[in-house]
Amino acid sequence: MSTFILRNVRPFGGDAVDIAVTDGLITEIGTGLSGEEVVDGGGHLVLPGLVDLHTHLREPGREDAETVRTGSQAAALGGFTCVHAMANTDPVADTAGVVEQVYRLGVEHGYCDVQPVGAVTVGLAGERLAELGAMATSAAGVRVFSDDGKCVSDAVLMRRALEYVKAFDGVIAQHAQEPRLTEGAQMNEGPLSGELGLTGWPAVAEEAIIARDVLLAEHVGSRLHVCHLSTRGSVEIVRWAKSRGIDVTAEVTPHHLLLTDDLVRSYDPIYKVNPPLRSPDDVQAVREGLADGTIDIVATDHAPHPMEDKECEWNVAAFGMLGLETALSVVQQTMVDTGAIGWERVAEAMSAAPARIGRVSGHGRPLAVGEPANLVVYDPTARRTVEAAASASLSRNTPYAGLELPGRVVATFLRGRATVLDGALFSEGALS
Amino acid sequence: MKSSHLLSAADLDRDDALRILDTAEELLSVAQRPIKKLPTLRGRTVVNLFFEDSTRTRISFEAAAKRLSADVINFSAKGSSVSKGESLKDTALTLQAMGADAVVIRHSASGAPHRLATSRWMSGSVVNAGDGTHEHPTQALLDAFTMRRHLGDLEGKSITIVGDVLHSRVARSNALLLHTLGAEVTLVAPPTLLPVGVETWPVAHAYDLDANLEKADAVMMLRVQRERMNASYFPSAREYSRRFGLDTARMNRMPEHAIVMHPGPMNRGMEITADVADSPRSVIVEQVTNGVAVRMAVLYLLLGGAADADSPEGNA
Amino acid sequence: MVVSSDAPRPDDMPARTVLDEQDISRALTRITHEILERNRDADGVLLLGIPTRGVDLARRIAARMSEVEGRPITPGSLDVTMYRDDLRMRPARALEHTSIPEDVDGKTVVLVDDVLFSGRTIRAALDALGDLGRPKAVQLAVLVDRGHRELPIRADFVGKNLPTSLAEKVKVRLTEADGEPDSVTIVGGAS
Repeated sequence: MSTFILRNVRPFGGDAVDIAVTDGLITEIGTGLSGEEVVDGGGHLVLPGLVDLHTHLREPGREDAETVRTGSQAAALGGFTCVHAMANTDPVADTAGVVEQVYRLGVEHGYCDVQPVGAVTVGLAGERLAELGAMATSAAGVRVFSDDGKCVSDAVLMRRALEYVKAFDGVIAQHAQEPRLTEGAQMNEGPLSGELGLTGWPAVAEEAIIARDVLLAEHVGSRLHVCHLSTRGSVEIVRWAKSRGIDVTAEVTPHHLLLTDDLVRSYDPIYKVNPPLRSPDDVQAVREGLADGTIDIVATDHAPHPMEDKECEWNVAAFGMLGLETALSVVQQTMVDTGAIGWERVAEAMSAAPARIGRVSGHGRPLAVGEPANLVVYDPTARRTVEAAASASLSRNTPYAGLELPGRVVATFLRGRATVLDGALFSEGALS
Repeated sequence: MKSSHLLSAADLDRDDALRILDTAEELLSVAQRPIKKLPTLRGRTVVNLFFEDSTRTRISFEAAAKRLSADVINFSAKGSSVSKGESLKDTALTLQAMGADAVVIRHSASGAPHRLATSRWMSGSVVNAGDGTHEHPTQALLDAFTMRRHLGDLEGKSITIVGDVLHSRVARSNALLLHTLGAEVTLVAPPTLLPVGVETWPVAHAYDLDANLEKADAVMMLRVQRERMNASYFPSAREYSRRFGLDTARMNRMPEHAIVMHPGPMNRGMEITADVADSPRSVIVEQVTNGVAVRMAVLYLLLGGAADADSPEGNA
Repeated sequence: MVVSSDAPRPDDMPARTVLDEQDISRALTRITHEILERNRDADGVLLLGIPTRGVDLARRIAARMSEVEGRPITPGSLDVTMYRDDLRMRPARALEHTSIPEDVDGKTVVLVDDVLFSGRTIRAALDALGDLGRPKAVQLAVLVDRGHRELPIRADFVGKNLPTSLAEKVKVRLTEADGEPDSVTIVGGAS
């Protein structure tokens, strides 16, 4: 690799600079830099490459919905340089073998770093611990463990998991859903679920687990991460836990920042997601939580599903929606354009903090000389109408189809190598 | 009607609802004529698409369509979608290819008729014949029709609906329609069987049946499945029928003119005693007769006129 | 009543009264006597008005008949909406009331309508009648026959033959239905 200059970009929206990149590292930041090769940054924003702590890549097992290749392409187009692949594949990522396979697929395709998440329990069955240590010491170096899609609802098992991962600085990312309170649940419980005749998913089913888990984490002195919290009560519990000094972090998805449960009125399963879309008051609360730092990060919960699992009756449809390619735009619309946070906080919530929680080195680093050149160039003044068919994902279940969103990822660099240029995927290794 | 579908009782404003009831009133006499048939829907195809068994509702719709001279195709697709055989979409495409002008759909999934109507998989009218725990608008129409024949204009009338409101599509549709028609509705059930948010419905609710009998012009008993007690909605069948069952003693406390209704099928001994079900104040059998006339009215008003220009319906 | 299609805003056009209250009354009296004459008496005659104004006219004829016969004669009404051949050209319309006071089998049914025009309404009425039973005979009484028949149908009893152009509209007003004095006017056309 040689040197190139990323010319005329504005770090976090500040003054325009040129960034020199040599052998994957930032070697100089200044104005009027020159080099053999120049990439015009167009005066756009530059942020550290985004890190997603919560992605479903579906491989192995559901390669009809997504593969590591297509999912990481979608990630690159969304400005991500690292994604955490959730464990609920088939077979489940509950052994060193499966996590290494996923890890290698990510390296092989090279659109972004794929950091596998290990299952907490064998087969996500919630009965006994998976070999967490083996996954931690595997080539994949797993640090985040989650049964996501299912809740580790057994209090003893959860306690043991929290304790056990301390040995290798791991973290349990809990999918907070009390199973008995959500049997057959289809949508947020409230007046609308009663009206639509869809089984309600009460906020308390999420909040009760979060409350229990923060107390467990405090008791055993462990690190806890709360996946996709979605209610006002959950925000308040996490705020309380942090005020007590409990080592808890929390994430919110872009869709819970933007969409509300009244969309379910259409009975279109494109809006069916776990946890469900909540009330406008909950949306307000998670935005406030993200703004004041109660919620540490935004994670996509990118959940691809084939058409036939969405083009059907609500009750039988799959839970989940795409998110990688729209995440930054949704965060801009809901948080930046509303004045709630600035771009530094966006970079913290979508890059630095998730990298810290996931213990991935080389991502989420400052824009500074000597740091890896993981960068996203973003034009916040652009506007685009989301087209489901245009997604790099194999699936089409985006809830934003037809919606106009602000912003556009212009370029993404992974260790100095362009994965996206001019808003399109860049062929592998072409810049080297 | 303003819409080309009947998916929810909420689709009907007061004028629509009255037009259906008035039309049904005229069509009721067809059953008494030597030739129980009108030529109105000749050449039109009505498909009864039943994903869930309901012989009573299917027969009622079938008789209604046939009395209007429509061609009727019964398509029993029980369980096929849920068991991942043919999907709702494929079924709809098939019906479209068959040239269905209207699809009468019964489905265990709430919102399935809505999906059919808004998906663009097919272009015909969709009539909801009961979807999950959502709605059953033609049942509500025939209930209102029956009440009107006994009680006159429903404006200001007091209607008490008793039982498993949470799981009842009949209760939802009745609450909406009766409110539209100006009646005062009270839902009576144990708190476990009232939906969350019932206080936002345009009706009253109460936990005590005895306090809601004296004022009632009509009392409608809902079917309560015994299995519900296993999910702890109530402790036992005995306790349920003691607190919420309609027996003769309770019936005698209703006003002289008040009627007893039940959408069927009844659990005799559970929500209603046999002597109440068979008493002269019970209009349960009449409800069945009226069902055909009401469904004729709905089919006529949806299909009898000019086909609507395709109205684009999309999601936000 | 049938309205010719292309007359713009007929209500704004100058109206020409062709029958006033007295003319209508005289015409109905004459029709009553003709019906009785043709059928010898009122026995076996069943008057069925076609909604809405035909029903009002049938009631007036029945009242006159009752006077002549010295006993009450009850007319009926026959809604033909469900038998119309133009249902699919307009949104579905509300039904009018049908009441058949006695069995039509073996009776001489006299259909009563306000204006006879294309004949399509009467065709629908004949079909509707056929589904109710088998009358011995069916006769037709109309207040106005304005011509332009599209079917082989003619009236047995006519209040007034009114040659019209297709651009014109014949308006019948009756106190019962319209709350204004009886009249038949021609609106539109050449003026």
